[in-house]
Amino acid sequence: MPQATLLIRRGVAGEPPRHDSFTLEFEPGASVLDGLRRIRAEQDPTLAIRYACLNANACKECMMVVNGRVTYACTARLEEGTTTLEPLPNKALLRDLVTQIAPPDERF
Amino acid sequence: MRHFTTEVLIIGAGGAGMYAAIEASRQGAGDVLLLERSLIGRGGATVMAQMTVAAALEADDDWHFHYQDTLTAGRGLCDPALAALLCEVGVDVIREMEGWKVGWARDGNRLRAVQAPGHDRARCVYVDFLSTGPAVSRTLRTQLQRHERIRRLGDVVVTDLVTQEGHVTGAVGFDIASGTPVTIEAKATILATGGLTRLYRRNSASAHMSGDGFALALRAGAKLLGMEFVQFFPIGHLAPRMVGMDPIMWDPFRYKLGGRLLNGAKEEFIDRYGGTDEGRYTTTRDLATYAITQEVAAGRGSPAGGAWLSFRHVPQATLREAFGPVIDKLAANGIDLTRDDVEVAPIAHYHMGGVRVDTGMRTDVPGLFAAGEVVGGANGANRLSGNAITEALAFGKIAGAEAARAAPGPAFSPAAAAEALALVGAEGPARNTAALVVALQAAMADHAGPFRDAAGLARASAAIAAIRAEAGPLPPGAPGLPHDMVRLDWFDLRQMLLVADSIVAAALARTESRGAHQRIDHPETEEDWRVNLLLSGDERGLDITRIPVPEAA
Repeated sequence: MPQATLLIRRGVAGEPPRHDSFTLEFEPGASVLDGLRRIRAEQDPTLAIRYACLNANACKECMMVVNGRVTYACTARLEEGTTTLEPLPNKALLRDLVTQIAPPDERF
Repeated sequence: MRHFTTEVLIIGAGGAGMYAAIEASRQGAGDVLLLERSLIGRGGATVMAQMTVAAALEADDDWHFHYQDTLTAGRGLCDPALAALLCEVGVDVIREMEGWKVGWARDGNRLRAVQAPGHDRARCVYVDFLSTGPAVSRTLRTQLQRHERIRRLGDVVVTDLVTQEGHVTGAVGFDIASGTPVTIEAKATILATGGLTRLYRRNSASAHMSGDGFALALRAGAKLLGMEFVQFFPIGHLAPRMVGMDPIMWDPFRYKLGGRLLNGAKEEFIDRYGGTDEGRYTTTRDLATYAITQEVAAGRGSPAGGAWLSFRHVPQATLREAFGPVIDKLAANGIDLTRDDVEVAPIAHYHMGGVRVDTGMRTDVPGLFAAGEVVGGANGANRLSGNAITEALAFGKIAGAEAARAAPGPAFSPAAAAEALALVGAEGPARNTAALVVALQAAMADHAGPFRDAAGLARASAAIAAIRAEAGPLPPGAPGLPHDMVRLDWFDLRQMLLVADSIVAAALARTESRGAHQRIDHPETEEDWRVNLLLSGDERGLDITRIPVPEAA
């Protein structure tokens, strides 16, 4: 069975980031978001991601850096081999792949 | 900890919550706090609406015709007064949205409308291309920003309502981004939390539709009805795998282009179940779901376990004219509709049941209101296509106005919030709550989907009990950490399990088949069962009472 590996930059603000690697079965057509949701259920529920709609690209919450490029996890395809995932570089980090994306007047 | 004080608290910022906030402000509420667990206007079901919004807008139509269609689709269980409000106030809110430049598709001076299944005429307006939900959300967001008295606050999840002397006086929760506990005191609280589709494995709404509002209402002493009626959208996308597209997208394709629904042998089959297809989209959702599921069970399904949907007879130019850029998105997914059929299957989509309210959207508990999908009764046992956004906006408007005028209850007491606040701050052992959510979705899909029987519902009940035992009484890990999804999933699961209890209990009690509730062991619709099941209680026990369906005024 072909495999997909996700190398994910993790951690919270103010602490040095760590990189965790997760390997899962590669399913043709699956999105990076599908892979992240499977990792949470099957390997590590503490992995922080953010999304509301499921692969519909309507909520725009799952934006992150995939292989160095800013994109949505729900439209990026999972690929065989290794994919690197990082949080958005220009937003305040909350945890793992989640950054502060709410407008300033709509947050705590 | 942070404490907020407001006159009107609104929980949920989809279509219903945003409209309620605007109306509460217009009706003179001193201040309004619009809370959302995600981003304002982005996290609920509204933003995902693909196309149709039903309202009797044209001179040759009348809201009474829409009302008759709504009652017929509801299989005898609609609350006539709520259905009438949906249809009558719906006209006002859809016109107001037009004034706010939502951009309904039009031909000259006339709004363009399609005839959705179950409607007696073309009555469903939309925004091209598949942009109804985003356009409605964007329009309401713009209007919200014109009201200085509305404070918008995202990333806050409400875990419990606060009750004192039988009144709701506020809410308790936490800020997801920081983990900080939150208390809110409010003269009036509106639940606008949407539905419960996250309880099912295959679903079409957002990951936040965990049924929070149903559980919050029950725990505060409000009552639910119609919980057995979960709408499955019959032709949700199944295969081939697509990304960046909503699974409900074939609904608009059928409105505009017809299309043919075929079984595994590429034969039309809806006629075997009392409907017609013949390339036209006329069969109501409950019947189509029934027909597809029966074909699959008889071994006549498509390879992935659904039905084929074919637009191969539609010329390329017609496809492009109707759906423009969507055709390119399909191409990026390797789908060419002139060459390829797609596979579709029923998918959890909407909840007909919900919180019992009167015509002022007042629940059974003073100080607590409800609006939108979380309300039960307007759509009976089966919702008509196009009624969800209309319901959200119309009921939001009514709830906002009534909440602004509500008489104050007792002064907020921190002591009344203490127990809920203690849970938010509790620390339990680590566990995989994401896996428990997946387990619950599997149990509900396999045993409490559109087709049920007593044995399956008993299995669902056992699974719920096992998952509840495994989740434990306390949220895992330390409190107060930023974006802690393990704890967030635990709090969601706590609500989902109570909502699952209520669906299973009502489905087990209703020993007949009607609309979205089909009992394999009780296949007939019984006139004696033209009653509602009213639920109260919590996870320690639910009481079920048969109550008559209200008569039309």
